[in-house]
Order: sequence, then structure tokens, then C-alpha cells
Amino acid sequence: MTGLKSLMQPHRLVLMALFGAFVLWCALSMRWDWLPKYAPLALQGLWTTLWILVVTTVLGFLLAVPLGLAQAIGPWYLSAPARIFCTVIRGTPLLLQIWLLYYGLGSLFPQFPWIRSSELWPYLRQAWPYAVLALTLSYAGYEGEVMRGAFSGVAKGQLESARSFGMPRFTMFRRIWLPQAIRNVLPTLGGETILQLKATPLVATITVVEIYAVSSRVRADTFIVYEPLLLLALVYMVIAALIGLAFKRFENMGPTTRR
Amino acid sequence: MELILETLGLTETAALLSLSPPGWGANLLRGLANSLQIALGAFGMGLVIGLFGAYGKLYGGPILRDLLAIYTTVIRAVPELVLILILYYVGTDLINKLAQFMGYGRVEISGVVAGIWVLGIVQGAYATEILRGAIQAVPPGQIEAARAYGMPALLTLRRVTVPALMAFATPGLANLWLIATKDTALLAVVGFNELTLETKQAASSTRSYFTFFLAAGGLYLMVTLCSGVVFARIEKWARRGQPSLRQGGL
Repeated sequence: MTGLKSLMQPHRLVLMALFGAFVLWCALSMRWDWLPKYAPLALQGLWTTLWILVVTTVLGFLLAVPLGLAQAIGPWYLSAPARIFCTVIRGTPLLLQIWLLYYGLGSLFPQFPWIRSSELWPYLRQAWPYAVLALTLSYAGYEGEVMRGAFSGVAKGQLESARSFGMPRFTMFRRIWLPQAIRNVLPTLGGETILQLKATPLVATITVVEIYAVSSRVRADTFIVYEPLLLLALVYMVIAALIGLAFKRFENMGPTTRR
Repeated sequence: MELILETLGLTETAALLSLSPPGWGANLLRGLANSLQIALGAFGMGLVIGLFGAYGKLYGGPILRDLLAIYTTVIRAVPELVLILILYYVGTDLINKLAQFMGYGRVEISGVVAGIWVLGIVQGAYATEILRGAIQAVPPGQIEAARAYGMPALLTLRRVTVPALMAFATPGLANLWLIATKDTALLAVVGFNELTLETKQAASSTRSYFTFFLAAGGLYLMVTLCSGVVFARIEKWARRGQPSLRQGGL
């Protein structure tokens, strides 16, 4: 147990005691009476944050694979648009992208009667489809770049031996190329997923009620400033730690490389 | 010029984006100037914090090292938007307490200063990690040689460590600069008149959302692409004298 031993150094014990005192002081002398009233809303917000995070990372990754592939080996008419897409997404702020989609598309759609009468209209009038679309595209843009490097980083001999066994191209991609590419960039993907978590509060600006929006509402309703923000920061830190742990799990699942 | 605009059907767009008052171009450019000012200030402050932080992490005592580890971990795990709010409130509270203590009344803090303070602390955490990695990548013999000649610590930093770490730190710092320019957009949420907020105001008062958001996107993209060129130059300059791996020198 080296982890426990390294925690038992005297200066760390003092730091932990100080931190414990700080937490105790927060619990005792700050105002938490708003908590019971807003707890159900906060849980709902937390749920919204989590499902937006999961849905956008999964969809974004599915989009990133063809983007990366197109940039790595695609002909110019596929690789050029993919590269432009990644550059544009990575070169402009996410907030601007979200607002462009929400306000831009949101003001464009009602002008077409056939959209208004379609079955999708009840969804298109809400904010979350735009939030999901914007976050998905953003994740895909960043990951497309990562996957480009991942695909070109897989050893050529692996692909050649697969081909020499007569493996069909799609099977080769599914069984050899993609798994190795993903395994090489798992640490990066973990970091990017935490970045994606940190991007989710932006959707609060287009009226999606996730955990950040709940804390803003508490602040606006009760004029309590620090307590909701500190709790919010704690929630994000816990989620980020969980994502980190999950990715460490994934990394240990594959064969470990000795270096 | 006007003929081209008319054939493309862009006359209205050009009128909206023109620099003179009925158009909103001047507002956008002012917002861009604000954004760049905040980004530059925050990047500079981040570099200073990062240099001290990296030195503290590498050569500091155990307590300083643990404190810096907490700083970088917390800052990198909490969304920038939340940090901006927390640091903004903490900063204004502190300054007002200080002003009261010294006998002045309430102080109004300018948006630019608050933005630089908030983003600078965020950037500092990332810069600390980047510079720590870069310092570690400098061959230790170079620093030891400087020390063996009796060079004072500051002179070693200026003449040996910083020039040698530039080559390793430039790609990370280039990324950080791009993050700084894009993070200024978050200050729109707190109500600073930087490019994104100016754009939104222009867009919602003219109802032509696509025009303005695309124009602002173009401006941001221009900044990104220009910075890419500049940082490529800096990296090339920082790597002068290093053998290139491309030409098969191995």
C-alpha cells in the first residue's frame, strides 16, 4: 500500500486536517438551508448533465471515426472537407457554435411551413436538440484530429499481416485497425471526455436546465453566491474523477504495453 | 465591388457588417479587440504563474509541491465557466474588502481586468504543467554546467533554461494560446462586451443571426490561423540548431 503510506507524511496530514477544517467550516457557518428545497431540481439537472455528456461523446466518437479515417487515408475529396471541418470546429469558441445553431437554426426553421407541420417540430422547438447537436459536432471535431493520428499510428505490419491472411477489408478495420487505434489514444480520449464534461455547462446559456443552470437559479433566487458554486465545483470534480477512473479501467482491460 | 455583392445577393449582409453606424462591423471589431486584449493579458499572466508553478513543482518543498498539485488538479477538473464565476466573485469581494479596510468606498472593477485575472489563473494551471514537462525535457547536463560555472539562479533561468525549454514548450503553449482566445468567449456569460457578446447583441437586434455568428466565427478562425503561422515561426526559431529528424540524420 504505497498510496496509503505516501498519504501519511506529516505535512500531508496537516494539509488534510486543514482541508477537513475548511470543509467543516463550510458545513457549519455557510448557508445550506436552500439545499432541501432545490435538491430534486439539482438531481434532475445532474441527470441532464450526465445524459448529455454520454450521448454527445458516443455520437461524437462515432462521427470522429470516419472523420479520422478520411483524414488519414481518404482521397482528397474526403480528406479536405474533413480537415476543414476539424479546423473550423477547433478554431471557433464552442459558445459561438452553440449560439449559432440555437439562435440561427431556431430562427430559420419557423419560416418553413413544412417543418412546422412535421412530427419533429415539437422537438425542434426545445433547446436540447441544438445543445446535443452542437456538443456532438464539437467533440467530433476535436476527436477527428485525435483519431487521424491514431489511425496513422497503427503499425503497418499489423495491417499487412491481416491482409496477407486474406482478411476482408471491413473485418480488418473492425478487428485490427480500430481496436489498436483506440487503444493507443485511450489516455487522450479520457482527457477529451473530461474536456467535454467541462463544456456541458455552456448549454445552460440556451435554457437547457442542467446542473450549472440549477446553481445559477439558486443564486438568482436566494442571492447566496458561494455555496451553490462550491457545491457545483465539487460535483464536477467528482464526475471528472469518475471519468478518469473509468478510462483507467478501459486502459487496463487491453494488453499492457511494456516500455 | 458593388456589382459583385449584388450578383451574389450579399448587399444586405455587407450593409449589416459595414463599419459605419447603421452596420455593426465596428462593434464586432471592438469586441475582437477586447477579446484579444483579455486573451493576451491572461496568457501573459498564465505564463508567469506557470513559470513559478513549474519551478515550485520541480524544486519546491513538499508542502509547496502538494499545494501546487491541488491547484493544477482542481483548476483542470472544474469547468472554466464555474471557475470564472467563483474567481470573479472572490476577486471582487477581496478587492472591496481591501478597499473598505483602507478606507475607500466600493470599487468598480473593469471587465478587462477581471477577465484577465480570472482567465490568467485558469491558464496558469495549464501553463504550470506544460512548462514543468518542458523543463524536465531540457538535458540536465546543460543546467548543471551552468551551475558548475557558478551562474546565479536567475541568470541560469534566463540564459540557459528558458531558451532550451522553448523548443519543448512551444507546441503546448500554442495550444494554450488558442484556448485563451476561445475562453474569452465564456466571459460573455458574465456580461463582458467581448466578441461573442457583441455578436449576440448585434444578431438579436437585427434578427439576422447567421450573418453575425458566421462573421464572428470567421474572425475567430482568422485569429486561430494567424496564431498558427506565428507559433510555427516561433517554434522554428526555438528549434534552430537542433538536428531535424525529417532529413534522416539518424
